[in-house]
Amino acid sequence: MTLLIAILVFGLIAALFGALLGYASIRFKVDADPIVEQIDAILPQTQCGQCGYPGCKPYAQAVADGEAINKCAPGGEDTIKKIADLMGVEAEPLDESHEKDNRPKVAFIIEEDCIGCTKCIQACPVDAILGAAKQMHTIIADECTGCDLCVAPCPVDCIEMRVVPETTQNWLWDLNSIPVQQID
Amino acid sequence: MTDYLLLLVATVLVNNFVLVQFLGLCPFMGVSSRTETAIGMSFATIFVMTVASLLSYLVTTYLLVPLNIEYLTTMSFILVIAVVVQFTEMVVHKTSASLYRLLGIFLPLITTNCAVLGVALLNLRSHHNFFESIIYGFGASVGFSLVLVMFSAMREKLANADVPTPFKGAAIAMITAGLMSLAFMGFTGLVKL
Repeated sequence: MTLLIAILVFGLIAALFGALLGYASIRFKVDADPIVEQIDAILPQTQCGQCGYPGCKPYAQAVADGEAINKCAPGGEDTIKKIADLMGVEAEPLDESHEKDNRPKVAFIIEEDCIGCTKCIQACPVDAILGAAKQMHTIIADECTGCDLCVAPCPVDCIEMRVVPETTQNWLWDLNSIPVQQID
Repeated sequence: MTDYLLLLVATVLVNNFVLVQFLGLCPFMGVSSRTETAIGMSFATIFVMTVASLLSYLVTTYLLVPLNIEYLTTMSFILVIAVVVQFTEMVVHKTSASLYRLLGIFLPLITTNCAVLGVALLNLRSHHNFFESIIYGFGASVGFSLVLVMFSAMREKLANADVPTPFKGAAIAMITAGLMSLAFMGFTGLVKL
């Protein structure tokens, strides 16, 4: 008899708690994982796909699910450090499959070599390449994010990445690069 | 009133859950490598332990004892703790995204923190009443938080210290925890209940 009571009472408690949690999961429903939005806000939004994901949002989702944080080449060390702070993990150097040089670059088409195949136009994630079939293409330098996705598809290797020269217009103070030492 | 105050001091310092009773050592070693996460873990644990000791008192007194099924205490306490942790996680997720991010994975991990189950069972064993149970749960979690935050601060210092190679990493952390435990033995005799 006591056994029956025990089973009954336990079943009741479990049902009660289950109902409470069920209600709470509806009442306190959160639409999207806010961490994904926050990582997405840190990422540079070049949608370049160098991390191996189709764009910044999918990579943000992957990082939230435990993917390595050091795959964003356009973002560089700064972005890695910000994501590390957000996720509460140690910052790590950029993935070795990417080149270390992360100075801002834009693509440049060597126009006399261009055959007008439009392959680079299809590859460009931000529509920064102008041109039509059998017509010479060119890059809109202001729109180019420097993701280098157009370099690989070019059949005649006429696209190269050129470093943007620093001018008074695009100069940014980089205070972090000034070494600050604490004197004991 | 004095009794309650004495009980609080006794649980925080004299019978410290981590260093004297050796409960909850897993999060003590696991979450203490950074002070920031240790503080987050502390707040989550304080909340969960206080609520869990309250609820487990109610379940025992009004359900298990009248129905004469006290042999189910451990099982029902585990159920209560799991529900409290789950519920807390949902509420925190909804109300404060930043706190949720700070607590992160540690919130669900509290379910497996043996100090939470320990406080509920010890409440039962020492026949605490309603308020004593709450104070005991609160004191135990404050004691846990105190040593966790202190230990994490020490480990951050240790990360920069010149430790001999055989003692690097977990080994020196274990020794530090042992020394802290020795230091807390000094509180024995501070309060007599």
